[in-house]
Amino acid sequence: MSEKKRIELEYSQLDSERMRINVGPQHPSTHGVLRLEVEVDGEIVTEVVPHMGYLHRSFEKYCEQLTYLQVIPYIDRMDYIAAINNEWTYVLGMEKLLGIKVPEKVEYMRVIMAELNRIANHQIAVATFGLDAGAFTPFLFFFRDRELIIWILEKLSGARLLYNYLRVGGLAADVYPGFKEDCLNVVKQVRKTNAEIMDLLINNKIFIQRSANVGILPADVAINYGCSGPVLRGSGVKYDLRKDEPYSIYDRFDFDIPVGKGEVGVIGDCWNRNIVRVYEMEESCRIIEQAVAQMPMEGDVKAMVPKKIKPPVGEVYFRAENPKGDLGFYIVSNGTDKPERIKARGTSFVNLSVLPEISQGYMFADLILILGSIDIVLGEVDR
Amino acid sequence: MENTNFLYELLGKNALSITLIVTLPLVFVLIYALIAILAELKVSAWIQERLGPMRTGPWGILQPIAEVVKLLQKEDITPDKANKLLYNLAPFVMFTGAYAAFAVIPFSERFVPADINVGLFYVFAIGSVGSLGIVMGGWASNNKYSLMGAMRSVAQIISYEIPAAMAILSIVVLASSMNLQEINSAQSGWFWNWYLFGGPGTIGKWWVIPFTVILAMIYFISSLAETNRVPFDIPEGESELVAGFHTEYGGIKFAMFFFAEYANMFVVAAILTTIFLGGWNSPFGDLMQGPIWGVFWFIFKGFLVVLVQIWIRWTLPRFRVDQLMYLGWKILLPISFVCFMAISLYVMLK
Repeated sequence: MSEKKRIELEYSQLDSERMRINVGPQHPSTHGVLRLEVEVDGEIVTEVVPHMGYLHRSFEKYCEQLTYLQVIPYIDRMDYIAAINNEWTYVLGMEKLLGIKVPEKVEYMRVIMAELNRIANHQIAVATFGLDAGAFTPFLFFFRDRELIIWILEKLSGARLLYNYLRVGGLAADVYPGFKEDCLNVVKQVRKTNAEIMDLLINNKIFIQRSANVGILPADVAINYGCSGPVLRGSGVKYDLRKDEPYSIYDRFDFDIPVGKGEVGVIGDCWNRNIVRVYEMEESCRIIEQAVAQMPMEGDVKAMVPKKIKPPVGEVYFRAENPKGDLGFYIVSNGTDKPERIKARGTSFVNLSVLPEISQGYMFADLILILGSIDIVLGEVDR
Repeated sequence: MENTNFLYELLGKNALSITLIVTLPLVFVLIYALIAILAELKVSAWIQERLGPMRTGPWGILQPIAEVVKLLQKEDITPDKANKLLYNLAPFVMFTGAYAAFAVIPFSERFVPADINVGLFYVFAIGSVGSLGIVMGGWASNNKYSLMGAMRSVAQIISYEIPAAMAILSIVVLASSMNLQEINSAQSGWFWNWYLFGGPGTIGKWWVIPFTVILAMIYFISSLAETNRVPFDIPEGESELVAGFHTEYGGIKFAMFFFAEYANMFVVAAILTTIFLGGWNSPFGDLMQGPIWGVFWFIFKGFLVVLVQIWIRWTLPRFRVDQLMYLGWKILLPISFVCFMAISLYVMLK
């Protein structure tokens, strides 16, 4: 309501040179249905007001009437690009509430799938970022490689994008023989394509001109707004939940946290956020290799799955490192088999809030790039 | 000047031969546009590791015909508040501007529609008619996004005309003639005689070879900007507001804009070929040289340049408007001036 008042006030004092343009709700990129109300002075953006809610599906209200098991497909559909990470955060929260310790095999499987999803997510992020800048080919290269990951997950869970695969205490189905070879195949292909994309897109002079020094997000502003993930790490803050609050078995693996160092441009600009994602793909490859080497193939993945999930009265807040940032679930249980309340702290929702701050003063074409570099998915923003 | 047109010799200079001379390049341009559309679809697909259209005809070769038929059978809409005359005329003006340049381009040593002594001057003059068509289209659509796209497009075209003209002028200085047929004839012999490598001459021309190579590249880059191709396709940039000046066009008018863009691509490719790459001359000297071979070589080289344009489109990202203008005015223009002066100096001292 106060936002409306502010806009009305603005209109009355509107400079006649400034134009209010509507961008969206449909975008040519895969960001989804987001409406941006942009005020431009010629080519320079002076104000951006994001209007969201076009994809609101009342998940959290629905979840109050479903059992803890039935909630999982809904959790998938929040960040539909990297669904495993969503499920994992929820399932980890439930396991903390119930006090379940899952078998080793399940842990390794979950880590491998989560890292595969991380690679898949970053592939889309970098691909659509290039598409926003006008480069059509990297998009197809990345989607070709993403197919390999999706085939693995399809063999495991039966679905390409929205898996419904993790269960409280285990997994829905066992691993198939040949899983380890497939994963190593993916790692090889991802490394090859990344090397190609560094030449084709990342170090291309035109791309650097478009994305460096654009959308600079200072580290303190990022922390104040609550940004997380590559948006925060692109600004130079070395914070990753996998290292700072390790969950599951991440403390067994040896990997780095890439941070925007300003190799090109300024720390905190679009180029650095992008390069953090590219480097994170490489780190995920390392984790997958180590996990595949250590994973036991024997064991029942459903051994610790409870027959009926009826947690004690209580509440838990669990957060994990989504590819896009810090995803949190606040689960309140009232003793029955249906949750009292599930609240999701959406990563993209919080990351999107920084858009008006960092796009003022840049040109209109840069606004599209900045939005692409924050990497939102509207399913998570709107839920 | 000798009459270098075989149709005149064959049929005499009457209405029939003049009509034939006008329509033969038109037929060529239309057929070429179909092939270029297919080439764009297939080459872009192969670069992106896809196959492209495969179902229309064997290996998709009938796809351009399918596209043309699709465009022709669409409803012909005119927006309500649009300026009817300008709106309907704009695509044809743009196509005329592109096609009229064919009047002076020699297809072979015995076929040039109009062998005039100021051929290159004419080409640059008539090329601006194309940008007139763009402004008409953007303005008459009564759509502020079309107008913005049209304005940007025109600013881009006229900015890049200057480095292009300087590049061509340097070769005019080298060749001492603006007559395209003469420039073409001067490059006969093997490929070392092409103006890309300094033109006909012996030891002395090593001084100008770096400059002519740079000028060829400058002309090629400017030609990408002239035809609104990536990396200069801001006017049509999809991730910007909408589709630029041809947003409100559909059906046959859009087909006309489409054809005009491909015709324009070939015009700039043809000029690049004629001036820098030897036109209808064979690169092997006397082997495969002749009036009919000339047509083959000309079309072959022109099409190679078009293929490079398509290749670049699917490889590079696009420039922002201000970076585009910066490149044209502050980088290409000074370099082309320096090359022009260097070549003039060389010709003076020769």
